[in-house]
Amino acid sequence: MSSFSEKHTITALVEDRPGVLNRISSMFRRRGYNISSLAVGQSETSGLSRMTFVVQGDTKTVEMVAKNLNKLVEVIKVLDISDENAVSRELALIRVNSDVSNRGEIMQIVEIFRAKIVDVSKDTLMVEVTGDEDKVDSLVDLLATFGVHEVMRTGTVAMSRGVAFESLSGPEN
Amino acid sequence: MIKKGSQIVCESLLREGCDVVFGIPGGAILPLYQTLPEYPELRHILVRHEQGASLAADAYARITGKPGVAFATSGPGATNLVTGIASAQMDSVPLVIVTGQVNSWTLGTDAFQETDITGITLPITKHNFLVMDARDIADTIKEAFYIANSGRPGPVLVDIPRDAFIQQVDYSDEPSIDLPGYSPSIKGNNRQIKRAAKLISQAEKPVIIAGHGIIISKAYDELRNLAEKAQIPVITTLLGISCFPEDHVLWTGWPGMHGMAYSSLALDEADLIIALGMRFDDRITGNPQKFAVNSRKIHIDIDPSEIGKNISVDVPIVGDVKEILLELNPIIEESVHPEWLKRIDQLKIEHPSLKLPQTDKLLARQVIKDISEITDGQATLVTGVGQHQMWAAQHYRFKKLCSFLTSGGSGTMGYEVPAAMGAQVADPDATVWSICGDGGFQMTMSELATIVENRLPVKFAILNNGFLGMVRQWQEIFFESSYVSTGYSGNPDFVKLAEAYGIKGIRVTDKTQVKPAITEAMDHDGPVLIDFIVEQEDNVYPMIPSGMTVNEIIEENLDQKVTS
Repeated sequence: MSSFSEKHTITALVEDRPGVLNRISSMFRRRGYNISSLAVGQSETSGLSRMTFVVQGDTKTVEMVAKNLNKLVEVIKVLDISDENAVSRELALIRVNSDVSNRGEIMQIVEIFRAKIVDVSKDTLMVEVTGDEDKVDSLVDLLATFGVHEVMRTGTVAMSRGVAFESLSGPEN
Repeated sequence: MIKKGSQIVCESLLREGCDVVFGIPGGAILPLYQTLPEYPELRHILVRHEQGASLAADAYARITGKPGVAFATSGPGATNLVTGIASAQMDSVPLVIVTGQVNSWTLGTDAFQETDITGITLPITKHNFLVMDARDIADTIKEAFYIANSGRPGPVLVDIPRDAFIQQVDYSDEPSIDLPGYSPSIKGNNRQIKRAAKLISQAEKPVIIAGHGIIISKAYDELRNLAEKAQIPVITTLLGISCFPEDHVLWTGWPGMHGMAYSSLALDEADLIIALGMRFDDRITGNPQKFAVNSRKIHIDIDPSEIGKNISVDVPIVGDVKEILLELNPIIEESVHPEWLKRIDQLKIEHPSLKLPQTDKLLARQVIKDISEITDGQATLVTGVGQHQMWAAQHYRFKKLCSFLTSGGSGTMGYEVPAAMGAQVADPDATVWSICGDGGFQMTMSELATIVENRLPVKFAILNNGFLGMVRQWQEIFFESSYVSTGYSGNPDFVKLAEAYGIKGIRVTDKTQVKPAITEAMDHDGPVLIDFIVEQEDNVYPMIPSGMTVNEIIEENLDQKVTS
């Protein structure tokens, strides 16, 4: 169905309690699953958080990740939205070398990516960009030619378009 | 009504049907202990080491089907429980553990006897709680019992700071459960059940492999109805032993690393495997890529994460095995498989895995066979881990349901002493035989004091070979008999040791003394310890080396002398 080491996006609705993140990360560590990125925030319901995981692995691995997530008492609902028509975004802050000589060139690149310059100093610029992972990767690559000092990424958050989708981790049948 | 946290703990336990607690007091949990005299219905058994408490609670739970309960204080008290908790998690045994914690205002300051026990037990519990306020105790304990003993059972730990035991709060409301993320599947999917029935009807060489799930779900009759209706041979897993009477004509042993060769071969030759409440452990599958490649597989288990974990299956059914069999049995066709059953009989003749070699020496296996004969397969057998465990599972013919207690997944040596204690507490009228290794026995023998104190008539059979026998066997086979750190030259005189505790001790050094000693132990009204000085370098066969297949099975050469 899917090739080895593909990236999968899983979201989970969880109870917002102390130790929940610890339980989840402990499960990933113990079972040897690889998290490429993890983002957590409050959901539309108070007391519940929503997490987005980007997980590297084949279909079977990702299925086991979802099942083991669902097994945790404080995890309420798990969805694999990899194959969905989903919107995924992350935000990155990038501090790049810049002086008067190249500032214009960097600003042009930033504009093409519909990113923003949010801080300017004598020798650097701070760029804020939002987009899917590939877009952020491309911008970081392009800016690397000027010298990137620091990159801060939030990790992907994702939501499927439309309404209905099936839980991957419910009962097998 | 105003109550203290400690009173709420006791009343919550009683409400959940708990009648026995195993534990040891200490500073942080003392306020709870000081409340116990107000609740005489709650019997407390004072163990000698907290590992004894968690392992005894494990056995108590397996026999009664209710969660086993253990208490320990903070720090070392709590960490001593850990081995028993991990064992229970691996073997799906429901426990509710209450640990005392340092006062809430000192948490996180490395206070005296402070240990992050919820952190430590996070990966080895089904769930755990830290209760900071006495107002939350009743709900939490109700949730703990519900989580521990529903779905796939497991241990739940509730950590309570000292001040919450003393805190006085209003205690009037009925406790309630609020677990939005927890809802185990019980009913199987109808479509899959129909598919399973069709596969069973089509199969020519079907075999059932029945696991611990049958015992947990008490699906004994349903298993038997399925097997008899379609004439399907029944293999069990190690933890499934005693879920199906072993004098039944369809009983076909147990497979895997040290299982009967004919069981492993039957799995390999089958065209359909019906796996009930089991998890295709590596001790059964060997190399999972080459395991039972000739068969289609129906896998019924309550834990969805076990389906497809080790072995790909054709028909997965998630739910309680008893509920599912109640749906499945009526829709399967009555059938017979005379050719297949004849083939299995032939495998039994060609591979006599349970036959003992002719010898005058005292073999550990002989002791098990004799206990089996004298107790007529009606005893409850509790074992440690290693050679004696495998021999007990091979040579005792279990005729009583739920009568074999062993640490299967975790392989916890020392299980034999406290678990025998827990089994006897759970069923005072049972004949409990603790089959011990001389190694494992010394890990938990401090519980002999508890056994005497509580007048528990457990019969101990130490199969004393002066070695960590299974490790020695691996050294013999895989490390050219280089016996590094496996010889126990400093063993105590176990008979004198028993007598020091006020327990009757018997020593057996000769094959002819075995039966009289067992009978003497059975006739004695109280605990007995028999020290069987058995052949030192005997090996467990058959053996499928780790990660291999049934084609690489090593069987015993019965013509050769037993040991050099």
